[in-house]
Amino acid sequence: MARIGVFVCWCGSNIAGTVDVEKVREEAAKIPGVVSALDYKYMCSDPGQNSLRNIIKEKNLTGIVLAACSPHMHENTFRKAAAKEGLNPYFVEIANIREQVSWVHENKERATAKAVDLMKMMVEKVKRDKPIEDVRVPLNKKALVIGGGIAGIQAALDIANGGVEVILVEKEPSIGGKMIQLDETFPTLDCSSCIMTPKMVEANQHPNIKLYTYSEVEDISGYIGNFKIRIKKKARSVIEKDCTGCGECWNACPMHKNIKSEFNVNLSERTAIYVPFPQAVPLVPVLDRSVCLHFKKGGKCQKCYDACGPKCINFDLQDEIIEETVGAIVASTGYDLMDTSMYGEYGYGKYKDVVSGLQFERLLSASGPTEGVIKRPSDGKTPQTIVFVQCVGSRDPEKGVPYCSKVCCMYTAKHAKLFAHKVHGSQSYVFYIDIRSTSKGYEEFVRSTMEQDGAIYLRGRVSKIYEDDGKLIVKGADTLSGNQVEIAADMVVLATGVIPKQGSDKLAQMLGISYDKYGFFTESHPKLRPAESSTAGIFLAGMAQGPRDIPESVVSGSAAASKILGLFSKNEYEVEGTIANVNESTCVACFYCQRVCAYNAISKKEIKDRSGKLIKVVANVNPGLCTGCGACVNACFSKSIDVKGFMDDQIYAEIKALAI
Amino acid sequence: MEDKDLKKENHVDVKVAEAGSYDPRIIAFVCNWCTYSGADLAGTSRMKYSDNVRVIKLPCTGRIDPLFIVEAFKKGAKGVLVSGCHPGDCHYTSGNYHSRRKYATFRDLLGYFGVDLDRVEFSWVSASEGNKWVSVINEFTDKIKSMPGKSTDIFTKK
Repeated sequence: MARIGVFVCWCGSNIAGTVDVEKVREEAAKIPGVVSALDYKYMCSDPGQNSLRNIIKEKNLTGIVLAACSPHMHENTFRKAAAKEGLNPYFVEIANIREQVSWVHENKERATAKAVDLMKMMVEKVKRDKPIEDVRVPLNKKALVIGGGIAGIQAALDIANGGVEVILVEKEPSIGGKMIQLDETFPTLDCSSCIMTPKMVEANQHPNIKLYTYSEVEDISGYIGNFKIRIKKKARSVIEKDCTGCGECWNACPMHKNIKSEFNVNLSERTAIYVPFPQAVPLVPVLDRSVCLHFKKGGKCQKCYDACGPKCINFDLQDEIIEETVGAIVASTGYDLMDTSMYGEYGYGKYKDVVSGLQFERLLSASGPTEGVIKRPSDGKTPQTIVFVQCVGSRDPEKGVPYCSKVCCMYTAKHAKLFAHKVHGSQSYVFYIDIRSTSKGYEEFVRSTMEQDGAIYLRGRVSKIYEDDGKLIVKGADTLSGNQVEIAADMVVLATGVIPKQGSDKLAQMLGISYDKYGFFTESHPKLRPAESSTAGIFLAGMAQGPRDIPESVVSGSAAASKILGLFSKNEYEVEGTIANVNESTCVACFYCQRVCAYNAISKKEIKDRSGKLIKVVANVNPGLCTGCGACVNACFSKSIDVKGFMDDQIYAEIKALAI
Repeated sequence: MEDKDLKKENHVDVKVAEAGSYDPRIIAFVCNWCTYSGADLAGTSRMKYSDNVRVIKLPCTGRIDPLFIVEAFKKGAKGVLVSGCHPGDCHYTSGNYHSRRKYATFRDLLGYFGVDLDRVEFSWVSASEGNKWVSVINEFTDKIKSMPGKSTDIFTKK
């Protein structure tokens, strides 16, 4: 038999001013099952809570209803107080008679009637409450980081330094991501490899980091604390532990023409067996089987094998599958540059001297194809005039994407500045829409590019670029002076917009995390939970979330890491107990619940008898993934699934309490 | 200006007096994260709205079984409101879409049962839209009050 206590709070005059609290108390006392009804000036105060606790003890209450302020305000306060007296904290229900009655209505009689109704509803609800235990999920204290760019490396290092084992998976032959392709970084102009390489080496040598390069995550299942991962380590054709990175193999490779270097964004060529760049980590070459003569011509060529001292080249190596179990994941897969073929008027791909921003980085870089001397791709001459075009693809809802790629304003200013430093007497022109330079030192940086380095900024768009007598003629508008301008340039650099890494949507589907219409991973809350994905235990970092610069990527990597270290500081992960629950005896295994579940929380469970014979298959809720939204409850034809705390009979009882 | 305000207030008083003669009950099924918080915000902002509504809080509009709506009419409600997060804003990613889809298919059946479909209202009220909650409730209450009270009779015990 239910023994309910009802506590009506005055909240000073906040409630008592508009609601006749004594009347509410009197009405409560009349309800069958209510053994105690009380009104008090401030229920949330210490004396208020104490009287609540005393009455729980005295009257041996099985449930309490507080007619008070919003549950979003003090539900936890009263749950804790109840728990101290040994009452299951979920046996506390709140009738919201402040925010939704006394503060919004004026007629005392009618407000009181509404307060009584709300109180009655909650009494009927609490009568049907079932004890709910918070679920504890054990944690495998190991983390997986997907993507070894700056954000992923930062996350991996921070987690590893916190004493937790990390698996870092990188698709490319080396870690380093896009940042290692950059020359110098805004706004301090420190060289990217100088600050990046030590981090890469540290990640490789860290005792807590296990690095898998040239590898891809193939499958992920499980939930927070217990993710099962399958990693495909692609056949490198080189035995990593024996390789010294001496370079004899790639020097011996006859395939040194017509294979474009991905690292140098097609501005140079590489061999079939290669390291993407000299500082690659690990410094172990990869044999590209799609172009290697050995694989294309039936095993005849084995020059690299012959040249290799430690004999670590093995043409027979196969893809390897590695299985791991981790407790948390960081998705930091980074970005790609947009395809700009829709801007035919800019002639990218048609004119050799129209390059992307990333290509220009390689032309500036001392480790690039021109060893840091700016030479234009068509004839190798040093350009004297360069036109930079910003927002190619970005902020263009018609042809590109509506969002701002965020880094282009700054890297274009950096390009113009470095061009001025490297080619004295040169001239650069920048076509822009707006200059967005909002971080520390950024505005000053852009200013100095204009004022000290003489870059001419033209506010407007470029309409056409064409070749004429060895020059690129750039036609555009200068909207500030209202003139059409025509510039004869030696080179044009397009500030191409960024898009999520190709295949990141597939990864998101595999991880069960949400992504926006562009393919960027979405955070659990854009402001308050920016490091968390929508799925518990999976965290986000870097450009995979949206355009951001290096400092922001580092911050996000560290944020994800600190979230994981915080999670792992306990042995178990506690989940609120208000989750879905399956009645296995009535479940008919139609799995409609599985279809509507946004969290992949429902799986198939086989029930077997003692001899191991399958009796039936039922739905099973994974407490680590379920959030208690209740979508499955309405999808269930056989009414076999319910959400604790919001069960069908409780809702019907609430409605019934309102019967007129 | 002041006179006008006074008139407006008087107008409200008249309405409340009228409500005494016909006092329809409206049941609102709302989600915990957006609309319930929006309704709380209306409270903290001390906005005033019609007191005919009784709110039933659920985790998500996706939890709202269409049969709750039927039950509400059976127990004498003259109007039912369902309100949750705006499309795309669902705390649980897609619960509001499930709800919307479910109602789209359920509507016809409800009409077949004899419920005037004008008595069921769907709206999206976010946690920051206290003012929208107020106007949704006021407008819906006015609409229900303007309708003859008997059209849900087949669900009414009386």
